[in-house]
Amino acid sequence: MTVAELKKMARQIRRDIIEMTHAAGSGHPGGSLSATDFVTALYFHKLRHHPDDPCWEGRDRVIFSKGHVAPVLYAALARSGYFPCAEYASLRQYGANLQGHPCNCTPGVEVGTGSLGQGLSVIVGMALAAKLDGRDNLFYCVNGDGEMQEGQIWEALMAAGHFKLDRVLTFIDYNGLQIDGEVEKVMGIAPLADKLRAFRWHVAEVDGHDMQSLVDVLDEFPRGDGRPVAIIGHTIKGKGVSFMENQAGWHGKAPNDEEYAKAMAELAGED
Amino acid sequence: MQIYGEKPTRFGYGEGLVKLGEINPNVVVFDADLAKSTTTIWFAEKFPTRFFDAGIAEQNMLGMAAGMSLMGKIPFVTTYGVFVSGRAWDQIRTTVCYSNLNVKIGGAHGGVSVGPDGATHQALEEITIMRVLPNMTVLSPCDANEAYKATLAAAEMRGPVYLRFGREKVPLLTKPEDPFEIGKAVVYRRGADVGLLATGHMVYHALLAAEALEKEGVSAYVLNVHTIKPIDEEAILDVAAKCKCLVTCEEHQVTGGFGGAVAEVLAKRRPVPMRFIGVQDRFGESGKPDELFEVFGLSAAHIAAAAKDVMKAAGK
Repeated sequence: MTVAELKKMARQIRRDIIEMTHAAGSGHPGGSLSATDFVTALYFHKLRHHPDDPCWEGRDRVIFSKGHVAPVLYAALARSGYFPCAEYASLRQYGANLQGHPCNCTPGVEVGTGSLGQGLSVIVGMALAAKLDGRDNLFYCVNGDGEMQEGQIWEALMAAGHFKLDRVLTFIDYNGLQIDGEVEKVMGIAPLADKLRAFRWHVAEVDGHDMQSLVDVLDEFPRGDGRPVAIIGHTIKGKGVSFMENQAGWHGKAPNDEEYAKAMAELAGED
Repeated sequence: MQIYGEKPTRFGYGEGLVKLGEINPNVVVFDADLAKSTTTIWFAEKFPTRFFDAGIAEQNMLGMAAGMSLMGKIPFVTTYGVFVSGRAWDQIRTTVCYSNLNVKIGGAHGGVSVGPDGATHQALEEITIMRVLPNMTVLSPCDANEAYKATLAAAEMRGPVYLRFGREKVPLLTKPEDPFEIGKAVVYRRGADVGLLATGHMVYHALLAAEALEKEGVSAYVLNVHTIKPIDEEAILDVAAKCKCLVTCEEHQVTGGFGGAVAEVLAKRRPVPMRFIGVQDRFGESGKPDELFEVFGLSAAHIAAAAKDVMKAAGK
């Protein structure tokens, strides 16, 4: 896809997120919308996968360590062809593949996540296995900024640096907000880039909504220098829907009918 | 009672891992800075590229093992039972068990017989907090030979397994050629007066108690329940049917532990009077293993006394 096409797809995915969470009556639109541009660039520009063969051995692996942004993951999977978009209506319903948080019952989901801080370790273990066997898969993780408060994240960062896993890339969705408010007020994580570098990671700071920058930084991966890559994506929680932007309250709340109509109108059109 | 020597159960695990290293190239081993003590160092020395020291970071160790299993490896993660089951419980629950991953967890230093290190290092809760997890299998072998076989059997089956080992040397009650099947309890003595159901090296103490009881004219049925989950319901019901009363024996908290697992079976299908030998809702302490066995009420004499008490309750 061209950058213009990626932008168009990101807009479609944002509409899907609104549609899904509105239909479910609950869910996490805020962080889904902030991670959308990276997730779009990853799935529609970079990732090697065969959606019609989800267990293809040669696929790159992706884990959403911040599992609550399941809506953006499900939209990326459906738009990639893992399952029909018609399944959106089943999000969070009894018996559905689309559980409230990701479960490996869904095609394209490697492992269940939702208890924060755990997914990065799993990606590190996958990359370690691939290194042991000399396989060339690439390993991607999506982390939240609030999630960086979990101790296990720093254990995983330490291990990835220690084992020189330069085929690991994590995107840190740095939207600055968590449930209880501003990340820096709840439990500060700054200076994040310095901390990551001290843990032997290569760090790229980008505007997490600038598609060209996201494509460029993904194109530079893997670097082959023994350092895993962290992209700190400076983002806006709720990006694309004016009344959700920068509002911590939209972390885990679904739009009602009126809000749905307003959000869809704002997200209408191509870009 | 026939005894074939003595050895810590953790040695059976270490030897089992070495065997697995030879026969299955997919087996990898993790430790958290305790490789010498847990005996994973034996595997590390023979298969250095397949051994990973996670450092003192149990949560990440479990996560890395989960990732390894998703790439087709059969990871055995190992450290002391307290740390692996407690510190990494949510990782075992949500990452490993929820996704039903093929991760094997070795917990060394179970029980008060860990001795001088005291309460912080004596794992007394793992059976409870591991057996409550869906998809988990829980094994508690009675001696080093059984531990060896349990380790190999864990690699054979798909899905998460917790294996519990002790620190101290304990008598070998089984021979290398004795059969071992996950989920199948082993009968040691058939008696009609009282059932002694034991797990781990408490099987030895139950057998000592049975010998003492025999001298007093009491015939005890002794069952080695090495698999706590899935528990062998039929074998337990058989003892309950024959003896009408029983005593469970574990070097672990009785709350929610092995005794609790047996009680769940009996309450559902054949309630009979029970007594619970085990740690009674308190923390461990420093001391010599034998001394602690007395203090915590785990010795053969305690088992025999509980047997007589439960027989009385059953009207015998």
